[in-house]
Amino acid sequence: MSHVTTASPAAPRHATGTAPRLRTPRRAHTPGRPRRSVLLTVLTGLVLLYTLVPLLWLVISATKTQEGLAGSFGLWFDGDFALWDNIRQTFTYDDGVFTRWLLNTLLYVAVGAGGATFLAVLGGYALAKFTFPGKRAVFAVVIGAVAVPGTALAVPTFLMFSEMGLTNTPWAVIVPSLISPFGLYLMWVFASEAVPTELMEAARMDGAGEVRTFFQVALPLLAPGIVTVLLFTMVATWNNYFLPLIMLKDPDWYPLTLGLNSWNAQAQTAGGEVVFNLVITGSLITILPLIAAFLLLQKYWQSGLAAGSVKE
Amino acid sequence: MGPFAAVFALVFLAPIAYSIYLSLFRDQLIGGTTFVGLDNYTQAFQDDKFWASVGRVSLFLVVQVPIMLGIALLVALALDSGRLYGRDFFRISIFLPYAVPAVVATLMWGFMYGTRFGLLGDVNDAFGVSLPDPLSPDLVLASIGNIVTWEFVGYNMLIFYSALRVIPHSLYEAAEIDGAGQFRVIAAIKLPAIRGALVIATIFSIIGSFQLFNEPSILRNLARNAITTSYTPNYYTYSLSFSGQQHNYSATVAIIMGLITMVIAYVVQLRGMRKGA
Amino acid sequence: MSLRTRRMVRGLALFSALALGATACGGSDDDASDRKEVSAADIDAALDKGGTVTVWAWEPTLKQVAADFEKAHPKVEIDLVNAGTNSEQYKALDNAVSAKKGVPDVAQIEYYALGQYSLTKGVSDLSRFGADKLSDQYSPGPWNAVTDGDGVYALPMDSGPMALFYNKKVFDKYGIEVPATWDEYVEAARKLHKADPKAYITNDIGEAGATTSLLWQAGSRPYQVDGTKVKIDFTDKGAKEYTDTWQKLLDEKLVAPINSWTDEWYQGLGDGTIATLSTGAWMPANFVSGVKNASGDWRVAPLPQWNAGEEAGAENGGSALALPELGRNKELAYAFVEYANSGEGVKTRLEGGAFPATTEDLNSSEFQNTEFPYFGGQKANEIFADSAAHVADDWSYLPYQVYANSIFNDTVGKAYVSGTRLTEGLKAWQDASVKYGEEQGFTVEQ
Repeated sequence: MSHVTTASPAAPRHATGTAPRLRTPRRAHTPGRPRRSVLLTVLTGLVLLYTLVPLLWLVISATKTQEGLAGSFGLWFDGDFALWDNIRQTFTYDDGVFTRWLLNTLLYVAVGAGGATFLAVLGGYALAKFTFPGKRAVFAVVIGAVAVPGTALAVPTFLMFSEMGLTNTPWAVIVPSLISPFGLYLMWVFASEAVPTELMEAARMDGAGEVRTFFQVALPLLAPGIVTVLLFTMVATWNNYFLPLIMLKDPDWYPLTLGLNSWNAQAQTAGGEVVFNLVITGSLITILPLIAAFLLLQKYWQSGLAAGSVKE
Repeated sequence: MGPFAAVFALVFLAPIAYSIYLSLFRDQLIGGTTFVGLDNYTQAFQDDKFWASVGRVSLFLVVQVPIMLGIALLVALALDSGRLYGRDFFRISIFLPYAVPAVVATLMWGFMYGTRFGLLGDVNDAFGVSLPDPLSPDLVLASIGNIVTWEFVGYNMLIFYSALRVIPHSLYEAAEIDGAGQFRVIAAIKLPAIRGALVIATIFSIIGSFQLFNEPSILRNLARNAITTSYTPNYYTYSLSFSGQQHNYSATVAIIMGLITMVIAYVVQLRGMRKGA
Repeated sequence: MSLRTRRMVRGLALFSALALGATACGGSDDDASDRKEVSAADIDAALDKGGTVTVWAWEPTLKQVAADFEKAHPKVEIDLVNAGTNSEQYKALDNAVSAKKGVPDVAQIEYYALGQYSLTKGVSDLSRFGADKLSDQYSPGPWNAVTDGDGVYALPMDSGPMALFYNKKVFDKYGIEVPATWDEYVEAARKLHKADPKAYITNDIGEAGATTSLLWQAGSRPYQVDGTKVKIDFTDKGAKEYTDTWQKLLDEKLVAPINSWTDEWYQGLGDGTIATLSTGAWMPANFVSGVKNASGDWRVAPLPQWNAGEEAGAENGGSALALPELGRNKELAYAFVEYANSGEGVKTRLEGGAFPATTEDLNSSEFQNTEFPYFGGQKANEIFADSAAHVADDWSYLPYQVYANSIFNDTVGKAYVSGTRLTEGLKAWQDASVKYGEEQGFTVEQ
């Protein structure tokens, strides 16, 4: 197949000369069974502390009432343990609108992040493994488009979407999140590094079509990359704030971020009810599904590789 | 590529083209819209506020990005070495900050940085010291850097880590036969193998620095006087467009900024490639 | 890749169509209809016919008002949307107006922001519905804010005559007298901070609304507006009085550098480290909801005066309901606005904790005799109503105050964090406001 290339413009294969041996994907991390190191664990633990202390504040604060939040030290529990009550209130406040926001967000994530990952994988794979005219220009165009600050594009995008009748509908949130330039690049690099061209050729020689080659040979090898991209697009869609803020006016279509922000803004208006405790508890609940998704997905970093041991 | 290109054209290219079109006009509250050719561009090149903001993010870029990527790479290598106790716990915990929504990050860091009721205030009281206010004009850029690092260390770590995971096992076997030690393996095999990921993470961190917006706008709520409405180029375009109704000039600034970012990103990419050749 | 090319072409075609559409938007004013007088009978007819009115507002008490209105007029549906708080909503409104799509029929707009919309005819003149006859109903500050010449561009929803909220517990503890003048206020600030270095007389990190309100009270009139002619000057006598006094508070670090409405602020109000607030009469509801633990500690007093014995008041905050020009169902929309801000809705909103702009309610004995358990049973409304009656009605904001306020901290804010003097800060604010005004086509004098 003449249109198969071995190098990608973004990430040339390192010159190790060991390409043919790539066919045995690794199972363990490093040769033998490495000894565990206390020192290394402690050092990494410092980074861990740095990332977790602010989150600890979030968890502890979620157990406090509105008065407790104002009146007690942030990194320790208040007298009343109000977590369950906060959770109940979060789901019932304002006629249970939180649940609606949660479902909206799930919809945006499922369609948006799923679609974005799918498009990024297809695009990245095509860029890495096929030649076509203008391929090099793709990089410049995508980078150029990403380089223009998004805040300035918000108004033009709004006007366009409004013209197309998309504003104030779920599509106004979903369509823009279908594009993950970063995901495209990550997949591009991954596909050129992780899928040996020789393997593809072997599959084709066995009579597999392009589609089958992609699904049976390339996809399993790309698993860690796909999972990474999926995770990123999920988080990005989950926390998407700026564009929905401009596009949506109907609280029934709000994602969680906009909804929580509107609760937070209540504290800033005359006569508004101050519900910082619900904002905090709501935020904690907002993060939980992401953690769950991460835990579910992380086994693919291991098994995805093992599944790639195709020797047909 | 087909579907990606179509959506991409709709979501990115069309608004940019529209912005370029907008940048050639000027709209006034009194007097309406007029065609002004390249006047907006001339104005931007002489705009002190704009260039001050570019200088600020450049400084940020030179200091914060290496620190953040350095930590991310070290953690990724540590995780990949298999020498950590509780590796999976580390991996998810360090990634977590990336999942925190902006509204919450405001509350969280507002608490951490507070010199009166916040954590810093308690540290001051407990040790009888008076640490400088992280939200004062002199320190606020560093405080922003800290938040960005906090948010994105895990994200970059994950990119590096997943790139490390796809290094073929056979390379390690070869190294083992040669009797190479851990650090030799890192230098000779791991780093070259993930260069693609390193280059990408760098490029996107550059873009991220130049587009710095969320963190300053979050912190501005607590440090209004230290963070001006033209603190970063992106914040400037936002203020122009959202409070000033100056869509045309905002589009102009955005396009100039886009061009600058693009050139730098392209240079980094070329350099990253050349090293590999 | 022919598929790709074809899609690109389609995308491009779409784009050029949009660009053309945008050009068309540039030329405005296609429908100059709907200028005729509308009688009460016309409105009643419209109410019987029914329809939907979309209302963009963040004011919480409107929810009940909308429900009541729907009950009274079963064929009318009120679609109440919280499209963001203040400037967020204005942005959404501007966007919708640019797109000429999705413009609400009624929008909540704060007094300081209304000028921009009335000047550019973004909101309808309500005199043709008879709104000009309502002038006696409202207190002078708010009414002046919604009118421009003969035009009435919104009906006042609430108001914020200013008063001094102070933490009596803290004042008693340190034997501090409630200040009657701003000089005494500075003295109180010194005494308090000396007695407890963690406590401050108030919080202030520079806020445009608060500063302009105090200038208003001090008799300064920095903005003179006559159509597209604008004069900006922060050097008059009143401004000097303000800067002299406030500079002392800043120099001696007597105000807490805490931003209002933050978590930290609510904490400070609760634990006594922020001892007073000079703000609008809409504040009690926020105390009740956000500072529950300090219930009983706080009291209300008249705003300190710039000269002993005077009774000058000022407004802080407050908003009105307007009818965007591009909205539909004007008769129904006006009927709702009148119901909410002049009719029965006012009572409902008062019960919900809002502060009225209508003199009849302000002066009613029921209102004035209301005891506030939060303020130890004090009849705080007497003080507020008195303040409202003493607001000078010749104040005006810039027709681009939203922008001017957005750059307040870039300029005046410097006086809070560096050696810049307040007067220099105000001068910088003035210069930046003049520059923007000129860029936007106004004739600006200094």
